[in-house]
Amino acid sequence: MVKVMVYPPTSMILSDLVERTGHEALVVSKEVRKKVNTAGLDSPPLNMTPEDPKKGLKYAAVDVPSGVRGRMSLLGPMIEEAEAAIVVLNDRCTLGCTGCARTNELTRFLLRTKRIPLLELEYPGDELAARRFVSRIREFLEGLS
Amino acid sequence: MKATKYVVTSQESDVLPSDIALKIYELGRDINVKETCFGVIIDGEEEDIRATVEELRKMDESNIFIKDRGFPPGDPRRCRGHRGGGARPGFYMMQHESEILPLISRALEADLRGEEAPLPIEAKKRPGLEELEEMINEEFS
Repeated sequence: MVKVMVYPPTSMILSDLVERTGHEALVVSKEVRKKVNTAGLDSPPLNMTPEDPKKGLKYAAVDVPSGVRGRMSLLGPMIEEAEAAIVVLNDRCTLGCTGCARTNELTRFLLRTKRIPLLELEYPGDELAARRFVSRIREFLEGLS
Repeated sequence: MKATKYVVTSQESDVLPSDIALKIYELGRDINVKETCFGVIIDGEEEDIRATVEELRKMDESNIFIKDRGFPPGDPRRCRGHRGGGARPGFYMMQHESEILPLISRALEADLRGEEAPLPIEAKKRPGLEELEEMINEEFS
């Protein structure tokens, strides 16, 4: 079983396809869950502990907006843990919590420079593209084990 | 540790959220179920959830999609009922992906049948100046 990070990190389709093939999908909701189970946090992930910006500082400098560092405190450990990654590029769905363009750029950059098996593709727009999308992901995941 | 998952059905699925909820009740595990318009939210111990997810997938393998959720169902920090309505954080992602779920479902079905994915259609290349000259010569000579 390989730990596969998916991008967008909240993607249902990607995490489902990863878990269908028996691998573990690294998604942001699992990181949020760890915070939810931590006593003393009022409204995670909006509330941070003093430890969180320190984790974020590892990936982004102190003059980078705090939102980037806060997000990287969740995404950074996932990137470090990842043994492979699937990245969808035309992500017009990254709104709200995942809507920070700078964090998304940094996440994709860190995944590319980590030298792990990486699959980059686009969300399908028609049936034939969807078949290629599923097939490429299956082949990529089968090649990991 | 507790785990929460979304079980989402594709628009083309014959399985209703109520069918999924009944199936979970039949399994008799200690799992909290919340029916929604797009599927169900299940919450329970991680091992129970993992075993249940495998059973649920068998109901309609290519039309049921499962996703992790950070907060338990009905959590006042996320539940719309407690926050005065409006879309909950994370709704837009699910809305976007729900639109292409039928495409993915049909692709998964084709994949299960062992059909090979079609190659991408190459964009038609414009003829170069020499090719165009040859074509004109062939046509009018």
